[in-house]
Amino acid sequence: HLATSLPLPSERDHLRPRIDLIVFMIDIKSKYSLKNVEASLAHVDASFFLGKVCFLVTGVGRVNACSIETNAVCKLGEAYCSPVLFCELELEGIRVATAQRLLRMLQICAGHIRGVSALSFVSLMRNANDD
Amino acid sequence: MDETVAEYIRRTVLKIPRDEIKTMLQKWGFLSEAQLQTLNFHQIKDNISQEVVQLCEENCADIKQAAVLDIIYNHIYQNKRMWSVYQMKKSGEELEYFDITDFKKKFKGRLRSALKNVTITFKEYEDNAIWIRVAWGTPYKKPNQYKPSYVVYHSQTPYVFISASVLKSNLPLLCQALIVASNYHDIREMELRSHSLNSLKDIVFKRYSQNFQTYYPKPLQGGNVEPESADIRIVQENRSEKERIHRLNWEVFGGGPQPKLEFAQYKLETMFKSDPKMGVLDKKEPFRCLVKFSSPHLLESLKSLAPAGMADAPLSPLLTCIPHKARNYFKIREKKGLFPESFVSP
Repeated sequence: HLATSLPLPSERDHLRPRIDLIVFMIDIKSKYSLKNVEASLAHVDASFFLGKVCFLVTGVGRVNACSIETNAVCKLGEAYCSPVLFCELELEGIRVATAQRLLRMLQICAGHIRGVSALSFVSLMRNANDD
Repeated sequence: MDETVAEYIRRTVLKIPRDEIKTMLQKWGFLSEAQLQTLNFHQIKDNISQEVVQLCEENCADIKQAAVLDIIYNHIYQNKRMWSVYQMKKSGEELEYFDITDFKKKFKGRLRSALKNVTITFKEYEDNAIWIRVAWGTPYKKPNQYKPSYVVYHSQTPYVFISASVLKSNLPLLCQALIVASNYHDIREMELRSHSLNSLKDIVFKRYSQNFQTYYPKPLQGGNVEPESADIRIVQENRSEKERIHRLNWEVFGGGPQPKLEFAQYKLETMFKSDPKMGVLDKKEPFRCLVKFSSPHLLESLKSLAPAGMADAPLSPLLTCIPHKARNYFKIREKKGLFPESFVSP
C-alpha cells in the first residue's frame, strides 16, 4: 500500500489488511520529505516500533543534490529504534537488492520466518550498526 | 566588395552548423544554384566560409544582402536570443488597412532622420511576421553589424517582439519608429521575457490551451489517474487526493503543452512579518527581496510540482497567473488600507 503521508484515509479502513511493516521513504534531495515523515511518525501506534518500522533513504547516489544530512536521518532511526536503509532507486541493481532486503524484513515481520521475530531481527540489525 | 562585408559574411557562415549551411544559403538565394554546386560542404567550416565569401565577391555582395543572411540565421535560431514583448496602443478605433510598403518607408524614415548611420533590413515570413534587423551606428561611426536589434511584428496585432542589442540607448528610438510606422500612438514594454519566441507569441496571442472553469468538470478518461496497466497488487491509499490534485492541475493549466518560459521573477517590497517578540527589524521598513524561479521549462515544471508531491495543490495564484496575465516579472508591494495583504502591481 502506498501512501503520501499518515494518517491513512479512514474511508479505506475496511479494505485494508493487517499492516506488517511500515517503510518511511525519505528522499535525501527533499527537506520536505523528511518533514513529512517526521509528521507522519506521530500517527503510528507505538507497537509498530518494535521492529515493524524501517526508514528508507533514497537518492543517495546524487551526492551533489543532498538536502538532508545523513546524521539527521540516523538520529531519527535511533530515536525510533528502527533501522535506516540507504539506497539509490535509479540504479537497477541497487533497487532490486533493496527490494529483496525489504521483502526479507517483511517476511520476518509477518511471522513467516520461523525462529526470528521482528523484534529480535531489529535488535540484531542495531547491534550490527553499532560495531 | 567591402572588407567589412566580407568579414561579416564569413563570420555569419561560421556560426551556422555545417549540415545547415547549404540549406541556409539556398534560403538566402543570393548565390545561384550553380554557384552552390561548386561549394564543397564536406570540408572544415573555415574553408567553406572562405569559399562562400569568394562567391559573394563575384556577385558583389553588399551589407544589405549580408544582413538578410543574418536575419535568416536568427529566424531559424531565434531561441538563442532573449525576447521582450511590447504592446502598442491605438488612440482611436480606426481600422486602418496595413500597407507593408508604407510601414517600411515610415520606419526607415523615422530612424534615419534621427540617426544617419543605421542598417535597416526587412524580411517577411508566411505567418504574417515581419522581421526587422537594425544595426546601430553613431553620427561618427558606421553601424556595428555584430550587435543588431531584431524586431518581429505581426501586423494584425498590437504586439512587437524585440531582441535588443546590448546598446539599450537605442531602444526608445526603435520604439518610436515602430509606432510611427504602424500608426499607433503609444508603446509599452510588457513584463514578459523569454528565449522562446514562439512561446511568447503563444501567450500573447492566447494560442496555448487554456482551461475555462466549468462547474461540471468532466472526468478525465474515466477519472483514472494511474494507467490501467499499473500493478493491481499496488494499492494507492491516497487515490482521491491524487485525483483532486490532478483535477486542480487540469483546471489551472489545461490539458495541452505549456508555453516555454525560463524564469519568473518576483520583486518583493513587503513588510517583514514576524512574531512581534522576535523583533528582527528595529524600524518598520519594507523588506526588499528578489525571488527568481528558473527552469528549462518553467510552466511544465510548475505543473508537475503538485503531482510529484513537492507542493500542495492548488499552487499559489502568483505562479499560475503567469500565462493569463502574460507576464513573468512581478512587483509585489504591501496593500495599504484595511487589509494589509500583498498585491501585485500592474
